[in-house]
Amino acid sequence: MKALRNYLDKIKPNFERGGKFEKLHSTFEAFETFLFVPNTVTRQGAHIRDAMDMKRTMSIVVIALLPALLFGMFNVGLQHFRAIGDIAPTTSYDFGLIWHCFWFGFLKVLPIIVVSYVVGLGIEFLFAQLRGHEVNEGFLVTGLLIPLVMPVDIPLWMVAVATAFAVVFGKEVFGGTGMNIFNPALLARAFVFFAYTPYISGEKVWVAGLTKGEGIIDSFSGATPLADAANALANGATTIDWSNSSTPIDWFLGTIPGAIGETSTLAILIGAAILLYTGVASWRIMLSVVIGGLGIGLVYNAIGANVLMTMPAWYHLLVGGFAFGTVYMATDPVTGAQTNTGKCIYGLLIGAMAVTIRVLNPGYPEGMMLAILLMNALAPLIDHYVVEANVRRRNKRLKLTVK
Amino acid sequence: MSNVIRLKKGLDIKLEGTAQKQVSPLPRAESYAVKPDDFKGFTPKLLVKQDDAVKAGTPLLFDKYRPEIVVTSPVSGKVAAINRGEKRRILEVVVVPDGETEYESYDMAPLKNLSKNDVTSLMLSSGLWCFLIQRPYGIIADPGQNPKAVFISGFDSAPLAPDMNFVLRNEADNLNAGIEALSKLTTGKVHIGLHADDEAGVTGKVRGAQFHYFKGPHPAGNVGVQIHHVDPIVKGDVVWTMDIQNVAILGRFFRTGKVDMSRTIAVTGSEVIAPRYHSVIGGASIRSIIGGNVRPQMEGYAVRIISGNVLTGTKVEENGYMGFYSNQITVIPEGNKYEFLGWIAPRFSKFSVSRSYFSWLTPNKTYNLDTNMNGSERPFVVTGLYDRYLPMDIYPMYLLKAILAEDLEKMENLGIYEVIEEDLALCEFVDPSKTEMQAIVRRGIDQMLKELN
Repeated sequence: MKALRNYLDKIKPNFERGGKFEKLHSTFEAFETFLFVPNTVTRQGAHIRDAMDMKRTMSIVVIALLPALLFGMFNVGLQHFRAIGDIAPTTSYDFGLIWHCFWFGFLKVLPIIVVSYVVGLGIEFLFAQLRGHEVNEGFLVTGLLIPLVMPVDIPLWMVAVATAFAVVFGKEVFGGTGMNIFNPALLARAFVFFAYTPYISGEKVWVAGLTKGEGIIDSFSGATPLADAANALANGATTIDWSNSSTPIDWFLGTIPGAIGETSTLAILIGAAILLYTGVASWRIMLSVVIGGLGIGLVYNAIGANVLMTMPAWYHLLVGGFAFGTVYMATDPVTGAQTNTGKCIYGLLIGAMAVTIRVLNPGYPEGMMLAILLMNALAPLIDHYVVEANVRRRNKRLKLTVK
Repeated sequence: MSNVIRLKKGLDIKLEGTAQKQVSPLPRAESYAVKPDDFKGFTPKLLVKQDDAVKAGTPLLFDKYRPEIVVTSPVSGKVAAINRGEKRRILEVVVVPDGETEYESYDMAPLKNLSKNDVTSLMLSSGLWCFLIQRPYGIIADPGQNPKAVFISGFDSAPLAPDMNFVLRNEADNLNAGIEALSKLTTGKVHIGLHADDEAGVTGKVRGAQFHYFKGPHPAGNVGVQIHHVDPIVKGDVVWTMDIQNVAILGRFFRTGKVDMSRTIAVTGSEVIAPRYHSVIGGASIRSIIGGNVRPQMEGYAVRIISGNVLTGTKVEENGYMGFYSNQITVIPEGNKYEFLGWIAPRFSKFSVSRSYFSWLTPNKTYNLDTNMNGSERPFVVTGLYDRYLPMDIYPMYLLKAILAEDLEKMENLGIYEVIEEDLALCEFVDPSKTEMQAIVRRGIDQMLKELN
């Protein structure tokens, strides 16, 4: 480590003002502080500081995303091999089979991750240099979230365009990490959804190779459970015909078609446990999203006016992006509500809105993304009223003492 | 002690180097100094020049805008140097003491015969007025005002802070006299905030003050927190505060007629060989206090000397001087070292309130923390964290953002009248974005003072 440190100290002057690579200053600094916590000391105020910093905060989120990512890779392979008939739904898993599926998925997903990071970090480094800032760690999380909410068959150039859009218009125009209004990863998905709708909806895109359709067996359907439900709603059916006879157990484990990282409620729960144990994500938001979704689902159950209203409310928590959105997207501290009371309202509304969109709108089966984006926009308003209440309470003391 | 105010928010940071409860004698310092930067709301103008002879209590500086407020010499001797910084700003007025301390004399009468005006003018001419700090804003009080109350915090809850009951164990009479003097300055009450366990100590037996008991982690001992829970400051209110050891010095002045700035300070911190208490005269040189009592450092390593505690104190050099208001000197290691992949390492020796470290498993362990920032400055990202370290009905992040946006009305609404730097010190400590919150608060206060007065 000493040698590495000496080497960095030796080349550092090249990146300072007036040096040969002055234009790469932010990039150098990003890599240097990644390798070594800087030797900066406190100047004024508190002379000692807590050991927590932004790098560690973001790293915890990345670690919490790993279960969903690893399972997602496995599931990409599993769905593919089921689609071509290599693996029957009844086949029992052994290590060889799991590895076989995982490796296939790994090779499919890795390019998407690489494109997302290279494009996103490239833009971040550029903006940091132009602004004379340090590179923020926020994109470490965004760069992994984007692949996880994409369908596996998405063209790579589309990932690149969506990422660039999300980083530039979702974040940098507002002033960078900490200033953005919308969750950049969701913005990337929304961008693909509205710009290239066929590539992120329907029954083909969620399973690797299904878009091309070569060698797919007849009995396999690439529809997600949410699409099944939406179809039933659109056709006015009274019961939902679940593709590939999937059951809530399958939805919980995640062995169903869907966006890369969002299928497994179990893997997401492991991530949630990491986030809640470390305190990095807000339990208030997670809990209230679940309560909001479940609560409004029960209300719709009581009404029972269409086939989705009669679907048990708890199904909503397992299918689609509900769990993923609850754990990783709604809890984004920058774009979510910032006061404790605000967080509860914000979460309740996300859950309620997501289920409402699902239940009432057969055109777009997944309500979670729109619900979170909408509440991202409303979060400052919620906080405004919470803070105003505080101001009023404090001013009331004024009246009491004046009297 | 019927109603104890229990505070849940806050944090006790346990550090190595608690002072042993023994007072060790120290030889007299070779020099003493007053540092204008210690006095908030005070624009210094010199009253002496180099080589002038002064007594203990002779005015050295006065305030440009409130000329009746003066800062006086803690010892008798000769003005040895007037050290200036950039733009000829006065940094230190150094006095080298002579053999026997000579004191300025004052026209003193028994305290019970003194009026509010008598007390005020005696405190002003002796320089002890500077002990009186006004809230809002944490500046030296304005003699023309009538505060609604005077608040004294009877204990210091900061890391490694001195035990005030030990410091003041022989000062009961002076404390009572000090409180009597203070009670003449207000038409309201003199309040004293005590720790719930302090009832038996000397601070629990003072006369003439209203007692309030607190329980909970730091900053329960901050007078601002105590005011918030007893009688909060709202727009238009003026409250005066005084550090409890300064109350004793004030009482000593009214009992003896001498400006005797002797105080007991705790010398603490992991780099102190023998952490203990010393009796010193305020403004003593750092070398005279800790010389020979600091652990030798390996090559390339250094120590940070702090006049005050690790959260709110001022960095001083070894050839510098203790601060006017300090009851404590702390010495900790400098953290000017790189750490390989530190942001992801388990770092068992580091302290954090985050559970991504393991320090929460060992709540009683004491830590040897250095001055490393442990990260780089970032915009605010995390939420809900700061609220847990400010036991007031205030949203710290919103207040800080209002200050950054220079929005006076919001600052007023969100609580700028109730806080000073020290109240947000813990928020600054825990902040993963490494924002300099105490500096931001002071900037906000300065702006309020500028725009509203």
